[in-house]
Amino acid sequence: MGKNIVDKIWERHVVHREEGKPDLLYVDLHLIHEVTSPQAFSGLRMKNRKVRRPDKTFATMDHNVPTINRNVVEDEVALNQMKTLEKNCAEFGIELAGIDSPYQGIVHVIGPELGLTQPGKIIVCGDSHTSTHGAFGALAFGIGTSEVEHVLATQTIWQTKPKTLKLEINGKLGPGVSAKDVILYILAKHGVNFGTGYVIEYCGEVVRNFSMEERMTICNMSIEGGARAGLVSPDEKTFEYLRGRKYAPKGEKFDKFVEYWKTLASDEDAEYDKVITVNAEEIAPMVSWGTNPSMTSPVDGSVPTLADCKTETERLSLKRALEYMGLKEGQKIEDIQIQHVFIGSCTNSRIEDIRAAAAIAKGRKVNPGVRAVVVPGSQQVKKQAEEEGLAKILIDAGFEWRDSGCSMCLSMNGDRVPSGEHCASTSNRNFEGRQGAGARTHLVSPAMAAAAAIYGRFVDIRKLTPVE
Amino acid sequence: MSGFKEFEGKAVAMNRANVDTDQIIPKQFLKRTEKTGFGKFLFYDWRYNPDGSENEEFELNRPENKGATILIANENFGCGSSREHAPWALLDYGFKVIIAPSFADIFYQNCLKNGMLPIPLKQAEVDYLLERAEKQPYYLHVDLEKQKVSDKEGFEAGFDIHPYWKKLLINGWDEIEITLQLKDKIEEFERTKDPYTIF
Repeated sequence: MGKNIVDKIWERHVVHREEGKPDLLYVDLHLIHEVTSPQAFSGLRMKNRKVRRPDKTFATMDHNVPTINRNVVEDEVALNQMKTLEKNCAEFGIELAGIDSPYQGIVHVIGPELGLTQPGKIIVCGDSHTSTHGAFGALAFGIGTSEVEHVLATQTIWQTKPKTLKLEINGKLGPGVSAKDVILYILAKHGVNFGTGYVIEYCGEVVRNFSMEERMTICNMSIEGGARAGLVSPDEKTFEYLRGRKYAPKGEKFDKFVEYWKTLASDEDAEYDKVITVNAEEIAPMVSWGTNPSMTSPVDGSVPTLADCKTETERLSLKRALEYMGLKEGQKIEDIQIQHVFIGSCTNSRIEDIRAAAAIAKGRKVNPGVRAVVVPGSQQVKKQAEEEGLAKILIDAGFEWRDSGCSMCLSMNGDRVPSGEHCASTSNRNFEGRQGAGARTHLVSPAMAAAAAIYGRFVDIRKLTPVE
Repeated sequence: MSGFKEFEGKAVAMNRANVDTDQIIPKQFLKRTEKTGFGKFLFYDWRYNPDGSENEEFELNRPENKGATILIANENFGCGSSREHAPWALLDYGFKVIIAPSFADIFYQNCLKNGMLPIPLKQAEVDYLLERAEKQPYYLHVDLEKQKVSDKEGFEAGFDIHPYWKKLLINGWDEIEITLQLKDKIEEFERTKDPYTIF
């Protein structure tokens, strides 16, 4: 019987195994940011403990940073949190991509970009979207602040082995259908806790054909299905992406790592605790209409009706969601009016996402009733997009072009959507209040978000023709 | 952290599914660098009206529900972000036990690390408790040693918890201290098994 990639990575990382206890696993990379680390450092200080491996720890600030007037943080509490990270990194010897660094960006964008993210690593971060790094065949998952403190002090983590779920996406995607639509479709079909207790391995023709960035998008939203981690077995695309990156192994060492990384891919006859198969042909561009990511419909569909609900709990949830979102049951998705557009977040803020948005925006204008904001995932992405002329296309079309950060994905930094207004967002969560108290979030792909900016409502991008 | 063996407290119902950590503690309160003082922001957007007054319709604001220490909710409680501010806020408000048919993985772990007990019960049992706790006063007794929840009217249900987390919780042990006793094994791993050392 063959082994899957999760089994292989797990076995290589067991530091201590004892009957009746979880396994103690070694952590290869610990990413930290300003929001979930301060209490962990305070804990270390209180007990006079050190950071065991500062060289395997990397910090950035992303949640609180302004995306405009970069150096003016008006919120003193936020500023204090950023200063605290600077102080902690200096005191404990941790490398920091701070606000002025050319490498600053969303932690899940810069990890891969800098080549810190590599196959076979166990990667943790005090952030649930750490699952993003699974795109490289790493076992990557979010942890709480107590666990951040534990990893800082010991470079290890106690874990019970999760079950494994093989999610096979077969067939070919239609035009206009992106990785974001694939993961939203999966959530719409299987719900927000189908992955609880599991690590998802994404496989099948569609995933093999995906670029690294598209793989990151689907792995990123594994947590929206309840799975702490989602990953893809590494292949040539993975290795080529990493070759030459700042922190990737160099020269002969790189080749040696590639040989090792190749052994990590799941065996053909690997077994899993659960298998889900998805037919790519069924997937349309998707739009979320409710207050969790499974409340999503195809763009040519409509909001469900209370009569569609199977249980009382479902009915109650739908009622609450429609009330919050200001939508009517059975309303057509294409009739939802949009006042804000946010293109960014660790789900969709990479260069390919900016290209997809620019391709729609080219030669068109943002609707006068819409404020559209593009926030690149990192300063590196920003620079590249400017060099490729994408920034100019977007600015000419009427989009705001910002500095990098988490921004309006969770609106900690002041970028937010006013109460009662609708936002087409390329982020990952449409929870109540996520983009501001009373804000109404609709999750979509970058191309769908750009199209919504132009038309002031959702449109089916499959019907759009490019403007020359 | 003090140990957790038995607990008796007032149990209140919040019949909502998929309660996410953004609802438990909204992001504008995540900027503090301490673990304390989050209780007043718990369920902020549900609990208060836009003018800052209490929303009388919200479950926890009903006069008969005040002073509760056990929260009963529906499936997938604590989904979403990994913010440990969620259990900090629940604890600071006064909750010591959360009962639901299921919990999000990260939230579940975060509770245990803070001496708060998340109890997964069967859907039918939770349904019963949700209905029963609508009539106050209602008290539940939790025995972690025996892994049982009960009331004085004959309700009794067993629950699962990994023996390791149970032991840690009962004794209030510092997990880092336990791990640091395995320092030699960590060093050995770094010397002999870490590909970033041996390649």
